[in-house]
Amino acid sequence: MYDAGKVIVGLVIFLALLTFPTWYNVATGKATYVPELEKAVKGDQCVADTEYMRAEHMDLLNEWRDKVVRDGERIHTAPDGTKYNMSLTMTCLDCHSNKANFCDKCHDYLSVDPYCYDCHIIPEVTK
Amino acid sequence: MAVDRRKFLRLTGLAALGVAAKPIGILAQEDIPAEISGKLPQENPLTAKRWAMVVDLEKCRDHENIKDCAAACHRVHNVPEFDNPKDEIKWMWEEDFRHAFHEQEIEHLPEKFEYTKVPLLCNHCDNPPCVRVCPTGSTWKRESDGIVMMDWHRCIGCRYCIAACPYGSRSFNWRDPRPFIKETTPEFPTRMRGVVEKCTFCEERLAQGQIPACVEAAKNDAIAFGDLEDPNSKVRELLRERYSIRRKPGLGTHPEVYYLL
Ligand code: HEC
Ligand code: HEC
Ligand code: HEC
Repeated sequence: MYDAGKVIVGLVIFLALLTFPTWYNVATGKATYVPELEKAVKGDQCVADTEYMRAEHMDLLNEWRDKVVRDGERIHTAPDGTKYNMSLTMTCLDCHSNKANFCDKCHDYLSVDPYCYDCHIIPEVTK
Repeated sequence: MAVDRRKFLRLTGLAALGVAAKPIGILAQEDIPAEISGKLPQENPLTAKRWAMVVDLEKCRDHENIKDCAAACHRVHNVPEFDNPKDEIKWMWEEDFRHAFHEQEIEHLPEKFEYTKVPLLCNHCDNPPCVRVCPTGSTWKRESDGIVMMDWHRCIGCRYCIAACPYGSRSFNWRDPRPFIKETTPEFPTRMRGVVEKCTFCEERLAQGQIPACVEAAKNDAIAFGDLEDPNSKVRELLRERYSIRRKPGLGTHPEVYYLL
């Protein structure tokens, strides 16, 4: 191979540049960043297991929506037996009252943008 | 749980309503317990086999009465108010007698009807043409009680239903309604640009044991609401006693809003 040294040095520089964002984030600690979510203002349990909520809350909300609007059922029973009104604004955002520091924080991090709030009302945050 | 002033008023109001409504049989449920959890609607829903509304036009000569009913409806449902009539969204509105019942081809109208304003709303037809044309199933007739329902999540804004409805009961959101809602009620979601909306007989209030907002707001019992299938209901009683008409009966839609002359 002609100019092997130069080529290899070039390749190393190229790879270093290519992977720079990763190195940079590791070096500055950004790679381990996870959004810190604000605690719910009420209750010590969600409407379902936390693990389930974290992964499946969008399905749960769809289920609530269909039950309320299509089937006229409005009560959800949590695993611990507590009963909830199946409502996005009146129930989820009652406990997670600071949407910006809970739902949005996680969604922004993951680049998810639910359109529900074009219609559903976000309660004002009382400080 | 602390009971604040609003909650206390709501509870007493509901209790009073229960007492008031019982003798005239609007309520399907026998008794409303003193304590209703505001968070749990389904404990005492109002149910019927066939909901119907009976409007007493004798009591609609007072303009303000109808205006108040419509305002109450529009307030609880976050209906926007536009200056431009082309953008108008209406769930309940008023119309001159001649216009509301033009198919009667009235030549000589008793004078009292010249001054009567007729409250109009979705007729919750037994045979709703809007339902037949909706391509997404976002409007349908609920089998359990006959209400013509809306699912705003599925509406794609094609406006077939607006074309199909012979009563002008449906409105299309040409613009973002939010800036035009005077006072927002958090309990009921707003709509967005590009969807159709209409009256739902306050289906969400019935689920919480409350009568429709317009019925509640109507003075002198101008509007009655009840189960058409129940011979002892208030609506059946009124229809037995008085002569009633419906809008455009010839179309075969079978409206369930009756007007007493
Ligand atoms: C009774 C109050 C309450 C209600 C109502 C409620 N939540 Fe929660 N939620 C909590 C609490 C408390 C936690 C944290 C539980 C834990 O740390 O184990 C939580 C956790 C969560 C999580 C997981 C957060 C994480 O740490 O990853 C999600 C997502 C969530 N809730 C969404 C919802 C949605 C969506 C609704 C409406 C369907 C809702 N919650 C209704 C109290 C509530
Ligand atoms: C722990 C992180 C986290 C929290 C907290 C969280 N979400 Fe989500 N949410 C997600 C993820 C991840 C998705 C996207 C999943 C996907 O795209 O399949 C999502 C999707 C959704 C969707 C469906 C969006 C769509 O376009 O289909 C809705 C609705 C939703 N979230 C509502 C909420 C609400 C309301 C809250 C607050 C009460 C909340 N979420 C809190 C992580 C979170
Ligand atoms: C076009 C407006 C609109 C959009 C967008 C919308 N909704 Fe709704 N939603 C409504 C209306 C109006 C109701 C009330 C129906 C009723 O009570 O009869 C409702 C009811 C609901 C309900 C049950 C009652 C309540 O108060 O929450 C749930 C749950 C729900 N929607 C979830 C969602 C979710 C999740 C999204 C986003 C993925 C969403 N909606 C987007 C208009 C909308």
